[in-house]
Amino acid sequence: MSKILIRGAKVLGGALQDVLIDGETIAEVGTGLSAEGAEVVEADGKVLLPGLVDLHTHLREPGREDSETVLTGTRAAASGGYTSVFAMANTFPVADTAGVVEQVWRLGKEHGYCDVQPIGAVTVGLDGQKLAELGAMHESAAGVTVFSDDGKCVHDAVIMRRALEYVKAFDGVVAQHAQEPRLTEGAQMNEGVVSAELGLGGWPAVAEESIIARDVLLADHVGSRVHICHLSTAGSVEIVRWAKSRGIQVTAEVTPHHLLLTDELVRTYNPVYKVNPPLRTERDVMALREALADGTIDIVATDHAPHPHEDKDCEWAAAAMGMVGLETALSVVQETMVDTGLLDWAGVADRMSFKPAQIGQATGHGRPVSAGEPANLTLVDAAYRGQVDPAGFASRSRNTPYEGRELPGRVTHTWLRGKATLVDGKLT
Amino acid sequence: MQRHLISAADLTRDDAVLILDTAEEMARVADRPIKKLPTLRGRTIVNLFFEDSTRTRISFEAAEKRLSADVINFSAKGSSVSKGESLKDTAQTLEAMGVDAVVIRHGASGAPYRLANSGWIDAAVINAGDGTHQHPTQALLDAFTMRRRLVGRDAGLGQDLAGKRITIVGDVLHSRVARSNVDLLHTLGAEVTLVAPPTLLPVGIETWPCEVSYDLDSTLPKCDAVMMLRVQRERMNAAFFPTEREYSRRYGLDGDRMAKLPEHAIVMHPGPMVRGMEITAEVADSGRCTAIEQVANGVSIRMAVLYLLLGGNEPAVTHTRPTGSEEK
Repeated sequence: MSKILIRGAKVLGGALQDVLIDGETIAEVGTGLSAEGAEVVEADGKVLLPGLVDLHTHLREPGREDSETVLTGTRAAASGGYTSVFAMANTFPVADTAGVVEQVWRLGKEHGYCDVQPIGAVTVGLDGQKLAELGAMHESAAGVTVFSDDGKCVHDAVIMRRALEYVKAFDGVVAQHAQEPRLTEGAQMNEGVVSAELGLGGWPAVAEESIIARDVLLADHVGSRVHICHLSTAGSVEIVRWAKSRGIQVTAEVTPHHLLLTDELVRTYNPVYKVNPPLRTERDVMALREALADGTIDIVATDHAPHPHEDKDCEWAAAAMGMVGLETALSVVQETMVDTGLLDWAGVADRMSFKPAQIGQATGHGRPVSAGEPANLTLVDAAYRGQVDPAGFASRSRNTPYEGRELPGRVTHTWLRGKATLVDGKLT
Repeated sequence: MQRHLISAADLTRDDAVLILDTAEEMARVADRPIKKLPTLRGRTIVNLFFEDSTRTRISFEAAEKRLSADVINFSAKGSSVSKGESLKDTAQTLEAMGVDAVVIRHGASGAPYRLANSGWIDAAVINAGDGTHQHPTQALLDAFTMRRRLVGRDAGLGQDLAGKRITIVGDVLHSRVARSNVDLLHTLGAEVTLVAPPTLLPVGIETWPCEVSYDLDSTLPKCDAVMMLRVQRERMNAAFFPTEREYSRRYGLDGDRMAKLPEHAIVMHPGPMVRGMEITAEVADSGRCTAIEQVANGVSIRMAVLYLLLGGNEPAVTHTRPTGSEEK
């Protein structure tokens, strides 16, 4: 078995330590470890984190291989420091059967860049009418534990209640895309001062908040756990905070872009800023950062949503919603949370690895950096600052809102069970 | 002047006054036996209309022809657009045929802005109405009409609308005319009050440079002009108001309400009017209603805008955009 010695890394941002990987496992963590028989990676004080886990990725395969495939998406994930991603169900065909989820899961395994854990659809065809065979997806080789109609809201209260109840049988979790459909008909951007001026259809905060309020009450009533996808408003933070204080089993995620960008950017009418839920206001951004810091929001999830160039190179209303995020997530989190003093690197490890692995039950991921644990690791050059250049992305798509923006941090190495997937910033 | 006209908010007071003054000059052409100037001879302007709009398209076309430009009319219906061609490809195709300016009407807010700012084409872009965003030449022709009526044709030259009180009534939420007028009238020093049921006012309106009222009757006695916006009957089905009759009773302008206006005040309407809904026939056909005048003024304003943007005496726009520069 091959040995790798990572020398002089700040483990979770702490004191300098050496980490010895033996085969698929971390053999030893300490200082002055022997390099004998090991390939040495000089960390030079870079930050070593557990491999990141993304609970919300769109890999687009099957169906939209022009924007992303499992291969390109997992390469992008490895580039961004991820060792596990949860693939959303809104593919063509929809991942609402054991067959589709197993296909996606196998593709991830074959390519070997990053573990792919498929998310199963809650309802057949994401149409919100009839429960998909959740049990069959759970029992499939893919072992699905997270279910979501993401892209669409499970808006029918009875269907949502039943889904929450049903997945208790195998400790699953429903991840809700909170969007009241009637309140968001024709919605193009956050409803507020900017939408009033630009004449773009408004997506009001209340359309998200009302669903979250309903769902935490449902989860409470039936004693289930519920996960909130891409929480985006200050009001949603208040509701989740209240629910947690009542002991309701709710977890929530925030995307990197909602931690950094606001609806002011929509004034350019550049659809690269078009995303669902939409970019909100400065006040929301600040509330989200604070909530991620204090744990009200449990995790960062990318909502990596690749789209082909033509779907963004058009007028706003005609453009697709979504942004790629896997390769910039950690940099944005460093910019908004670490460099602002809101979160230390141990906190980043918690919000981007430990907790998402816990919520999604990603076995072997989100583990401490200590002896005997699987060697899922990522090494980050936190001192780096540079401009985002989409031409260098491993993702098949380039729809990033950060093009040309200077951001801190760069992932230099990623190891998946001891196998390097990224070395010196280059995919293996 | 800028190279494009996308939003009334982009105009400075001096820009706007220059356009209004130039439009007065253009209006004199209409009084001549031969209503034509050689100014834009050899220039090609395309009227790119993705939304049906006979009156605006004809107004632009008349203005272009009076300035001797070569005019191409493009309407989306039955064109390559209905076969799935993108705005970018359509615009680039037309530009490749040698177009100097694009007058665009589009159902999507921001489409003219994208056309002007994405590096797709080099031609000047004039917004002839985009979604529920802007319709700057409408605001200019409205301001022109107000200045003529409230300040005077000759006395108005070089003047703005300082201190004039303008009330705009109706479906502000879906109205690009209202947005453009609020921006331009504010720039010109007028005091604007928007009147509508709360359902037809956008969330976020509190930052606009105007007053907002839900009550028409109290605003009428103190305004110099009242502008009635069209209210589409289908809004009723989306619960913006209970019934057509209730809307008409609360926010429509009839003879009794018109009597509450000061003697000198005018009634404006951008058209098309829905008689019996926001305006009664009695008001629409009265001498105080400037709807027809606004149409005539529209041609003068559009002539002025085209003249100023395309710089009558300068050489034609050269196409220097290198291949591949659309990767902005």
